[in-house]
Amino acid sequence: MKEKVNYWKIFYNGIIPANPIFVLLLGMCATLGTTSSAYNGLMMGIATAAVLICSNVVISLIKNLVPDKVRIPAFIVIIASFVTVLQLVVNAWLPSLNASLGIFIPLIVVNCILLGRAEAFASRNGIFASFLDGLGSGIGFIFALVLLGATREILGTGKIFGAEIYPEDYGMLVFVLAPGAFIALGYLIAIVNRIRKTY
Amino acid sequence: MKKLESTLPNMILSLGIICVLAATLLGGMYMITKDPIAEQMKLQQQQAIKDVAPSFNNDPEKDKVEVEENGQIFTVYPAMDNGKLVGAAVEGSSMNGFSGQVTVMCGFDLDGTVRDYRVIQQAETPGLGAKMETWFRDPQGARSVIGKNPESFSFYVTKDPGGKVDAITAATISSRAFLEILRNAFEVYKDYREDHI
Repeated sequence: MKEKVNYWKIFYNGIIPANPIFVLLLGMCATLGTTSSAYNGLMMGIATAAVLICSNVVISLIKNLVPDKVRIPAFIVIIASFVTVLQLVVNAWLPSLNASLGIFIPLIVVNCILLGRAEAFASRNGIFASFLDGLGSGIGFIFALVLLGATREILGTGKIFGAEIYPEDYGMLVFVLAPGAFIALGYLIAIVNRIRKTY
Repeated sequence: MKKLESTLPNMILSLGIICVLAATLLGGMYMITKDPIAEQMKLQQQQAIKDVAPSFNNDPEKDKVEVEENGQIFTVYPAMDNGKLVGAAVEGSSMNGFSGQVTVMCGFDLDGTVRDYRVIQQAETPGLGAKMETWFRDPQGARSVIGKNPESFSFYVTKDPGGKVDAITAATISSRAFLEILRNAFEVYKDYREDHI
């Protein structure tokens, strides 16, 4: 297998062509729950991306040592360990980050993007390629979460990243709540797919 | 290297080793971070006391008193100036929030006027109930509880009979829990003041 690996394509793939949210529709639970504002979305995105990159690298490293039939439990143990370590570290040394991100970190374990990328990519590819895949998917995830969070925040409260655009009284509260999350996500998926098809 | 076959010994060995490694890693991390985390919690609490209570020169942690009020433990951190009581920070919680426990540090002046508050712990809906840290100090409308005295001012949401405080939009339950903590904390503080003045 001397075929040249296109690293750029691996990296780019996770951002738009196989965006975890808009195209693969993975990790909906964490997505809908945490994107009530752009800032929350950004924080959740960063935390998830960090764990995704670590777990992708480690799983790629040990892929030949794990028999096929027990690969899922093995991957889950690895992912859960990284999430717990991240939580402990943030708790101990980054108290200001903990205040804004603390409640989202445990949610990362149940995010199926991590298992999805482990299963579909890291368990079959080299370490560097897996790192790039994790980075790309992570950036795609952050991008999607910030976009969705910003949309909901603008429509719901008239603010973006806490800065007021129009008075809050004119906001549609439903967009901050769960039903608004589904509506906003539906329209965003439609728009993104339209743009993807055009270019 | 060839991939390991899915035989029983291989599976047990592989999964076993991964679990042992993960457990070692987590155990190690826990040992390393235990002290810094305890330190952070203590700092946070001291900061909260300092933020909400009137200025003091005693050690509120040493003089603290724990009281049970309506089934919840309330902790009074008295603020003394040269041995004279000037107010207190009262930490209390409620289980009547929208999801899980809400814990608030409430600061009172000597006469019981609410000086300030800090939400220590909450898991309310982000974007709604979670706004309680800023909402109840917002001077707009009847939102703010700062500078009001529960003795003369009704600490209930406007939806409830006689209520005077605007609830967070679409988060009445979280608002009720918050005000309940403030009311109970005030009662606890009043009892404490009677004994110590």
